[in-house]
This record gives sequence, structure tokens and C-alpha cells, in this order.
Amino acid sequence: MAEKKSLGKEFTKGLIAENPVFRLVLGTCPTLATSTSVVNALGMGISAMIVLVCSNIVISLLRKVIPSKVRIPAYIVVIASFVTIVQMIVKAFVPALDAALGVFLPLIVVNCIILGRAEAFAGKNSVIASAVDGLGMGVGFTIALCCMASVREILGAGTFLAGAQNLLVLFGDNVLNGFNGFTLPWTEVFNPMTVFILAPGGFLTFGLLMACANKLAESKGKPRAELGGCQACPMAKNCALLADGKGCSEEKKEGEQV
Amino acid sequence: MVDGKKLLVSASPHLRTKDTTRGIMLDVVIALIPTLVAAVILFGPRVLAVTATTVITAVLSEFLARKVMKRHNTIGDLSAVVTGLILAFNLPVSIPLWMAAIGSFFAIVVVKQMFGGIGQNFANPAIVARIVLLLSFGQAMGNWTAPLSWKTDAVSTATPLAILGGETAEALPSLYHMFLGIRGGCLGETCSVTLIIGGLYLLARRVISYKIPVAFIGTVAVVMLIAGKGDLEFVAYHLMSGGVLLGAFFMATDYSTSPIKSNAKIVFGIGCGLLTCLIRLFASLPEGVSFAILIMNLLVPHIETIMAPKPFGTVKEKKAKEGEAK
Repeated sequence: MAEKKSLGKEFTKGLIAENPVFRLVLGTCPTLATSTSVVNALGMGISAMIVLVCSNIVISLLRKVIPSKVRIPAYIVVIASFVTIVQMIVKAFVPALDAALGVFLPLIVVNCIILGRAEAFAGKNSVIASAVDGLGMGVGFTIALCCMASVREILGAGTFLAGAQNLLVLFGDNVLNGFNGFTLPWTEVFNPMTVFILAPGGFLTFGLLMACANKLAESKGKPRAELGGCQACPMAKNCALLADGKGCSEEKKEGEQV
Repeated sequence: MVDGKKLLVSASPHLRTKDTTRGIMLDVVIALIPTLVAAVILFGPRVLAVTATTVITAVLSEFLARKVMKRHNTIGDLSAVVTGLILAFNLPVSIPLWMAAIGSFFAIVVVKQMFGGIGQNFANPAIVARIVLLLSFGQAMGNWTAPLSWKTDAVSTATPLAILGGETAEALPSLYHMFLGIRGGCLGETCSVTLIIGGLYLLARRVISYKIPVAFIGTVAVVMLIAGKGDLEFVAYHLMSGGVLLGAFFMATDYSTSPIKSNAKIVFGIGCGLLTCLIRLFASLPEGVSFAILIMNLLVPHIETIMAPKPFGTVKEKKAKEGEAK
């Protein structure tokens, strides 16, 4: 069990040191798929954050009730309920976003970040700490998505915040004088590099930003995120499996990696 | 004996070749020069502008990247010059110069330096840069200028592969013209004769081994012979069109992205040839050399592992286990 941390630290750890996307390398699939534009990324990040906070609270509340043998199905039921709620809200109030995100909205159910936080944190910490942890991780996810999306949208499409009305419609028609994103001035001379909108550009941006995040975290004395061994894992301190003397290899056999 | 020069005790190796990276790269540059001259004759002085842009950007990016990463300076080994030259050969002559510069920057900084510099890159920098440009600026990268039309107004044309693929109804250039390079295409891939001369020079200087080019070109020939139902002319068109010769001699043979063992080299070459043919015959793109080489580049570590020679006198692990069971 990790030593008690202040709530502030629980929140800030999700931003860089244990950023779910760049440091824990969770939720890669929605990250690559929805980071083609900043507006989509924001929508995805906020939806996931709401689900994450709510499911962390409920799972933390139920942590003494859920038998540990069936915890994964129990977590999934809780998460799926919140995803359904969020999906219905998005469909009703921001239909354009729902159309843009498509299948990735319901797929939040199987987002590794949410299940990962339920397993690693909410299942054995108090309600308030779990809520703050969920919020921090959610903000970290949103920031990571927006970083990726900014790079990809600016280089790949030559726009920034294009289709902002898709999100702003939440606050009524024509907010901010119908602001719908910028088109960058140099696109008339320099064509945008389409490759950044395509899948290869997504992986490229992901890799480069992950290197930057590693560098940042390293400068603060945190271990590098490496794919070798549990001790190198930034989640090692909170890892339930490591505390039981097992490693992630056992975890994989249960097929919960998404 | 007393002066200590005749009886030296030292660790192996005792014999060293005089090869240096700079010497090898210089040989590649020399081998590329005939094609560059041919390209200037065919496509006009703009070839020099494109080549200068890619080479200067490549050297400059290498210098700056090494500086920023606080590593020792490596522009003296000429590898950036070679990357720039080969990238230029992979571009159409009409490409805007800033696109060529972006390609060079990408090749050196992202593909080469971010993975540790020369010898550490996982894929051929020039090929990745070409593919990035192709995916980013499809229109500019598919804008072919007719050869020998630069003195008057540049006329656009189709590449032989596009004609073979039935995309346009233009007539195919004659085989003789194909051999001399009088056809549409990237500026350094059209002139078969100078590419072959350059390739033979590298072979004679033992800079490259014959295995990869022979396996690559041979596979394309065999597959196209089957696909063309024995039509030799069809085979000749496929060998001389697109980037087969440029790719086989200059890009697939890149040291850090091709296998070291000789039988692995043959597998690598055959793979490049097969993928090229598959893309040309069945995919939606007319040309597949760059994608074929990139895919095979990524497979090199696995090819080498699978083809690792068995040390003399050892038994394979499986057999050893079976033996124990018995």
C-alpha cells in the first residue's frame, strides 16, 4: 500500500509524473483515433474524465462490498453504466460531437485508463482520494489528447480548434459570435502535411510527445517509463499485483488489457 | 627488436581495412553523380535546385540536431549528403523547394537523429521522407514533367507505370527511351543506364554486396514474367520503370537497415521484390518500391534472428529437450 499522499499530490500526479497517456501508456487506442482535431480531443477527454470521476467514486464506495474474485466484471458494470449515461447526454446535447467521435464514445467502457484506475486506486482508497485521483487522471488524459491534437491539427490540417461550434453548442446557439476555429495564415503558401492527420502521423506525434514527457518527468527525478519490468513502471507504487508479489504477466492472462 | 615496433603485443583484430564511413559515403556520392548529370540533361537545371535544397537542408539539420542533442558533430562523414542526394532522386522535378526541405529535415531529424544518428536508424531516412511527402502532398508528388521539355514550357506527362496500370491512354515510351531515361518519373529514377553504371561502380568498389540487388531485381523479373505470361517486354518495362534500379542498388543496400548475414540479405532482397510486385500488380498505388523497402527494413531484425546460423557442434533447443525426454 502506498503511503498517504495529500489530495493535492493525488491530483497533480496525473498531469505529468503519472500522465495516463504518455507515462502509463494507457488508453492508446482512443488517443490515436480521436486526436485528429482539438475539438474532438476535448470532447473525448471531458467525456472520459466524467466517466472516470464517477466510476472511481462508486467503485471506491463499493470497494468493501465487491468480492475480489469478481471485481473486474463488477467494475465493468459500474463503468458501462456511466458510459451509457454520458453517451446519451452527448447524443442529446452535442450531436455533432457524437457523430465525430462515433464508436469511440461507447468504447470508453474498455478504456484502459478507467479500468486501470479502478483496479489500481479506487478499489483500495477512500472516496475523496479516489475522486481526486480520477479528476487528476482525467485532466491528464485531456491535456495529453489536446497536446497530440494541437500538433496534428496545426501541421496536418492547417487549422486550430476547427469546428468549435460542435462543442460550444452546449452553451446555446452562436456563442462567441459563432467562433468556429482559426485557419492558420500560412496555409495559403504552405500546404498542410496531410500525413499528420493519418494514422502514421498519429503514431509519430505520440512517440515524440512521449519522449518529451519522459524527459520532463526524468528532470524531476521520476523513473523513465520503460516497457521492461515492473519496477520501471510509474504505477509500481500503487500496483495491487506487485504488492501481492505478482507482476503484470499474471494480469495479462486474465485478458483485461484492452 | 628493442625499439618495440616489431614485436607488438595487442588484442585482436590485427588486420583492419582502410574503409571509413566517409570513404564509403564518398563512393556512394560518386556512384550517384552520373545519374545526377543525366537528370540535369533530362529535366533541366531545376534538378540542381532541388538537389541542392535537399542536400543543404540535410547537412544543416544534421548539424543542428547534433548540436541540440549535445552529441559530437557527424556532418563530416557525408552520410547526410548521401541521404539528401537519394531523397532528391526520389522527388519529381517540379516539387516546391520548401517541400523538399521538409522531406530532408524529416529524414535527418526524425528518422535518423532521434534514433541515435548514423547506424542507429530503423529505416532508410530517404525512403521514410519520401513516403511522408507522398502521403502529405500527394498532388505535388505525382506531378510528372515530361523529359527534355524544360527548354520550352514544361509539359506534364504520365509515368510508364501509370500507363501500364491503365490509368491514362498515353503511349508507352520505347524500351530504348526507357533505358536512357527519356520518360516521366522522379528525377533520379528514370535513367536506367547511369543507375546501372553507378551500381556496378559500388559493386566493384565492394561498397555493396551483389546479393540484395540481384535478389531484388531477380524477384521482380521472375514475378513479372509470370504476371505477364512470359512477355519479356513487359518484364523489361517493369524493371526499368519506377524506382526498382534506384531502390535495389542505392536504397535497399543501406548498411544500417539491411541484414548483415549473406543468406538474410537474399531473403531481404526477395522480400523487397515480392512486395514491390504485389503493390504494383494489386494495390491502388502504381509504384511500390519505397513501401516495399520500408516494410522489409522493419523486418530486418526478425529476418536476422530467424536466419541466425547454428554454432558448430551445438544442438537446437527443441532437439536437446527431446533428447533429454528420451
